[in-house]
Amino acid sequence: MGKIKVVHYINQFFANIGGEEKADYPAELRKGEFVGPGMALNQAFGDEAEIIATIICGDSYFNENIETTKAQILEWVKELAPDVFIAGPAFNAGRYGVACGTMAAAVKEELGIPALTGMYEENPGADMFKNNVYMIATKNSAAGMRDAVKKIAPLALKLAKGEKIGASCEEGYLPNGVRVNFFEEKRGSERAVDMLIKKLAGKPFVTEYPMPDFDRVEPNPAVKDLAHTKVALVTSGGIVPKGNPDHIESSSASHYGEYDITGVMNLDEATYETAHGGYDPVYANADADRVLPVDVMRDLEKEGVIGELHTKFYTTVGNGTAVASAKAFAAEYAQKLVADGVGAVILTST
Amino acid sequence: MRLEMGHIYIRDIQFAAESKIADGVLYVSEEALKAVVLEDEKLKSVSFDIAKPGESVRITPVKDVIEPRVKVEGRGGQFPGVIAKVDTVGEGKTYALKGMAVVTAGKIVGFQEGIIDMTGPGADYTPFSQTLNLVMVAEPVEGLKQHDYEAAVRFAGFRVAVYVGELARELTPDEVKVYETPTMMEGLKLYPDLPRVAYVQMLQSQGLLHDTYVYGVDAKKILPTILNPTETMDGAIVSGNCVSACDKNPTYVHQNNPVVEDLFAQHGKTLNFVCQIITNENVYLADKMRSSDWTAKICKMLDLDGVIVSQEGFGNPDTDLIMNCKKIEAEGVKTVIITDEYAGRDGKSQSLADADVAANAVVTGGNANEVVILPKLDKVIGTLDYVNKIAGASEDTLRPDGSLEVELQVITGATNETGFLKLSAR
Repeated sequence: MGKIKVVHYINQFFANIGGEEKADYPAELRKGEFVGPGMALNQAFGDEAEIIATIICGDSYFNENIETTKAQILEWVKELAPDVFIAGPAFNAGRYGVACGTMAAAVKEELGIPALTGMYEENPGADMFKNNVYMIATKNSAAGMRDAVKKIAPLALKLAKGEKIGASCEEGYLPNGVRVNFFEEKRGSERAVDMLIKKLAGKPFVTEYPMPDFDRVEPNPAVKDLAHTKVALVTSGGIVPKGNPDHIESSSASHYGEYDITGVMNLDEATYETAHGGYDPVYANADADRVLPVDVMRDLEKEGVIGELHTKFYTTVGNGTAVASAKAFAAEYAQKLVADGVGAVILTST
Repeated sequence: MRLEMGHIYIRDIQFAAESKIADGVLYVSEEALKAVVLEDEKLKSVSFDIAKPGESVRITPVKDVIEPRVKVEGRGGQFPGVIAKVDTVGEGKTYALKGMAVVTAGKIVGFQEGIIDMTGPGADYTPFSQTLNLVMVAEPVEGLKQHDYEAAVRFAGFRVAVYVGELARELTPDEVKVYETPTMMEGLKLYPDLPRVAYVQMLQSQGLLHDTYVYGVDAKKILPTILNPTETMDGAIVSGNCVSACDKNPTYVHQNNPVVEDLFAQHGKTLNFVCQIITNENVYLADKMRSSDWTAKICKMLDLDGVIVSQEGFGNPDTDLIMNCKKIEAEGVKTVIITDEYAGRDGKSQSLADADVAANAVVTGGNANEVVILPKLDKVIGTLDYVNKIAGASEDTLRPDGSLEVELQVITGATNETGFLKLSAR
């Protein structure tokens, strides 16, 4: 058997084409080349496998032309007929993660070619695709490349050879809803004692079976009398007064902001901007109503569709922010909203 | 309470004219063993066999596994209330024959008994592929009801284990381990700064041959109570179970309970092992509520800081497990629970029948639904007549080449929920 053939997908940034300004770079096929992280992967494969082609696409281009780009890339991959397809790793880059997840899942499902990707567990692409395709858990930035390659390369080889894939903790992929047996180093009772000692000491421990997701929020019944209801705006899109007075972080926010919009009819370029570091801020900065629609709400207020727009809005940055943090913020400002007599909230993202 | 446990290592078992233990070899008279079994008129006939680790031998349908022990000093005897007279055990001196077990087999129910493979992939999943097994296959007299047959085989197994254990009474153990727990007040004085920890053991008591006995009392009829952890080392708890083989606790597991063992290993170092609490897994809601209420109440009354809760069985007892966990946590006592999973053959289903946020520290013994191929072995002790029917098998289990396609469920001890083995899942 010859070398295992690998096709690698990366974005414009990892291809050294450029950053956000080049995110509109269209899909490109480079046969016989490995680029950026492909170099590390190729090295990790040793004599067993080689990257026969690299596909590059700008993150915005992919996400804005998702169907056509996906079809184009699938066509290339089909023709190249690799033994395994690798996308990324995307770390905590949201649109890149979505692109990697989309392509790895599509190659696996539509072409029947083994595929995998890698990203940080809080990348939005993770929740979207981790149950569809093997996704190596990486750190949240490219500083984790070496670790990521160490896990991606062996799993790619196993997939290409059709070998049995071990449990998530053995192979390093994000838990994908499929429980896989394996032998631990210690017996269960000893692991239980270790876990209890940690739990008693308030130290971190990892449960072996996370209880099924409980955080399902039942939608509230429809607001009966919107015309007499005070409505508030809340966003994870990072809209803040110009200059970001409370220094909300552009990623992994540690707090939220509360700002008064009494008498504000419209969020303009001079007074508002976004603090969010995970999307192109140009259009949000030009007109922050695009993310936090104060202008439209004022119209509805005038027309009597809603009772009134609440005088304050709450904002944070969703980018890279832990669910636990987001939950804590919401638990706090929800109380304030209730205390202020707010009867409905419109929550906008990016 | 202090128990000195003498280990006598057995390295071979041979049938012989006279029963004795010499130089680590158990010589046992088949005639004497048969006489011990056939004391019970409900049993028509019995045969014995020996299965050794590594041999191409499959034992099925397995009922119970028992470690022979003998009480040499202190109150009571082995299996109090069952074989020995009722007396509180767990102190003094006991000898155990290590490296061997008595295995009882026979077609009792025909669908919830296990397989022990002494070699091959199946051997990796059962602790009893590592023991020298003295296997007893007993046949009932005509017309004996299943529950009477079960009781007869259960008692016969204990009598055989006691008979073999008695052979060690005058020997000198190869190794001695001491297990000692102080009284409540002594414990407070000795370990004022250590967290107070107990072991909550849930006993299978769904009934209809899903039973466990405590000092001879059917566990369905107990209220949660406390034991000194050394009591189980003298056979205070015995199995009467015909549930799925993978996660029932054979008597051997009660005698060698790994949670007790591993809590003792930390006793006086990182924690104060206060006691063992036993509760049941009855099927009626009122029983479940009462027992979990009482378990939580006892944890509170003992001022515990933490407990390890082990389950036995699956499905219905998942509700008992979660009720115990939730109520104990609500008393401010931290829990770690040990369970196993039924996530489907593809591993994609929810693993437990019940769940709660309080159960945030879980140890799993693996997915019992995972399929394994057990190759044909040269010899079968017992019978393959029921192998397509045992829990975890299917009508296609026995394949034309003699191999078995089964879920891990069929293997005795495979996903044990006292944490006896290293198997887990993620």
